[in-house]
Amino acid sequence: MPYTITEKILLAHTDKKSIAPGEFIYARIDLALGNDITAPIAIKEFEAIGAKKVFDRNKIALVPDHFTPAKDSKSADQVKILRAFAEKHGIVNYFEVGQMGVEHALLPEKGLVGPGDLVIGADSHTCTYGALGAFSTGIGSTDLAAGFITGCIWLKVPETMKFVYTGKLNKWVGGKDLILYTIGDIGVDGALYRAMEFTGEVIRHLSMDDRFSMCNMAIEAGGKSGIIEPDEITKKYITSEGRRVKGVFYKSDEGAEYRDVREYDAARIEPQVSAPHLPSNSGPVSKFKKVNIDQSVIGSCTNGRISDLRIAAKVMKGRKVSSRVRTIILPATQKIYKQAMEEGLAEIFLNAGAVFSTPSCGPCLGGHLGILASGERAIATTNRNFKGRMGHPNSEVYLSNPAVAAASAIKGRIAHPEEI
Amino acid sequence: MKFKGKVWKFKDDVNTDEIIPARYLNTTDPKELGAHCMEDADPEFPKKVSKGDIIVAGRNFGCGSSREHAQISLKGAGVSCVIAESFARIFLRNAINMGLPILEIKEAGLIKEGDYLEIDLDSGRIVDLTEHKEYRSKPLPKFIQEIIRAGGLLRWVKKKGLKRRTR
Repeated sequence: MPYTITEKILLAHTDKKSIAPGEFIYARIDLALGNDITAPIAIKEFEAIGAKKVFDRNKIALVPDHFTPAKDSKSADQVKILRAFAEKHGIVNYFEVGQMGVEHALLPEKGLVGPGDLVIGADSHTCTYGALGAFSTGIGSTDLAAGFITGCIWLKVPETMKFVYTGKLNKWVGGKDLILYTIGDIGVDGALYRAMEFTGEVIRHLSMDDRFSMCNMAIEAGGKSGIIEPDEITKKYITSEGRRVKGVFYKSDEGAEYRDVREYDAARIEPQVSAPHLPSNSGPVSKFKKVNIDQSVIGSCTNGRISDLRIAAKVMKGRKVSSRVRTIILPATQKIYKQAMEEGLAEIFLNAGAVFSTPSCGPCLGGHLGILASGERAIATTNRNFKGRMGHPNSEVYLSNPAVAAASAIKGRIAHPEEI
Repeated sequence: MKFKGKVWKFKDDVNTDEIIPARYLNTTDPKELGAHCMEDADPEFPKKVSKGDIIVAGRNFGCGSSREHAQISLKGAGVSCVIAESFARIFLRNAINMGLPILEIKEAGLIKEGDYLEIDLDSGRIVDLTEHKEYRSKPLPKFIQEIIRAGGLLRWVKKKGLKRRTR
């Protein structure tokens, strides 16, 4: 029977002979992730039920990244729970402030995820690792606690939707624009419970960083996972910069069944902006040129990687951000931070009048490091623009790629990078 | 399980930032989280809601983050059940795993704010006592019922033994 890549990975993690969408399975996991918001609940539940041992101390990752460096003493208490659990159970992949980064940038960078893996994470953007050809999905703290104990997860095998991107990408258009455009097409529940498989000639030429941005936002269409068949670009990534990940390179079979197939001509896609208060409110940046902004945020698990910072620096080099705009740039990991310093990007940002700060999820979820007041408006390379997401319920967030966020910071209003 | 409650209505795409804003995620205390339940969708809700009340919403309820603070907050505020046209997938998992009753019905839009509902969770029967109407939710898959009957995911896991499993 022909299978999609998602079905093949799930099947390989069970003892079953065959698998079909809609079926409930109990699957083995290769990695279970928690952060400073979700892991404390999982750890409390783990202990309350009387569990004594984790299934595999090498297959758990704990990343305090949301409210860290601790924004207040209550947040510090939450991180203490992670730290103590990591120590008690000898969890190898606990990343303290100074080594940590935004989890979905950090784990691939550290070589902890590879093609063919099954990853669960108590964070909705866990779908990011689909970019490596893994099945990867967001779950809750209770699932995580059960995963810590059993090394398994219950899943319903999802139907797959295929998204084919043809033609050639326009200048200043990247993975973020493709995914915002796609969510705009299908809506915030357009892929509910389903796997989103991204393919086509555009994807085959897309960098890993852009692939991460796309798969990262599968959840914003309601998707269970996003996935891209691994190829030479994937192989190069998992074997470079000290990574030695092997992985299994699955591909979808000819004749595999898809719930829906959608084709997009990349030539018709301009840089995208999503207006408040849903990621599906996307449209070409040219539509939003009259929108003034108070803040520009460049970073997050969607767009805080080195290529994102390079693009932002290209736009900002030798220029100043508008005196009305607080520009906050957060590299997603320590390594990216260091790279940005070495490549001179940090200097470009600082000279432009931007803040260049430590890795954190911070402003994306209205946590800290740049919260909006009532009536304020931000453009951000993050992934959600729900009401009140970045601060006061009466504030607004527009989503974009890093080039648009950088250009907008300079102009003081939403702007196309070509205007700079 | 059977219970009655008063309805509070919400729109489509209610997200987890509205159910419990991130500014309160530095605690996991049910009382504290309950005191801010649905605050960014309706600032008055925490004051208005009484124990046993029922939330009725449109499509894609609970979209967004994986935070179980959402379920803790709803339970902490006394919400007995959420009825919606559809649920976002992580919210659905979390509700099942944590024992927050949820029911999916296409006709959620027909139920009005302030109506009194009688709910029979086992059969999925919903009676609108105010409007004298009756609805049936989709029966839950057998596997899910097994988790619910065990009293949530961790109790189900415990029944099978608190150890690593190979399948």
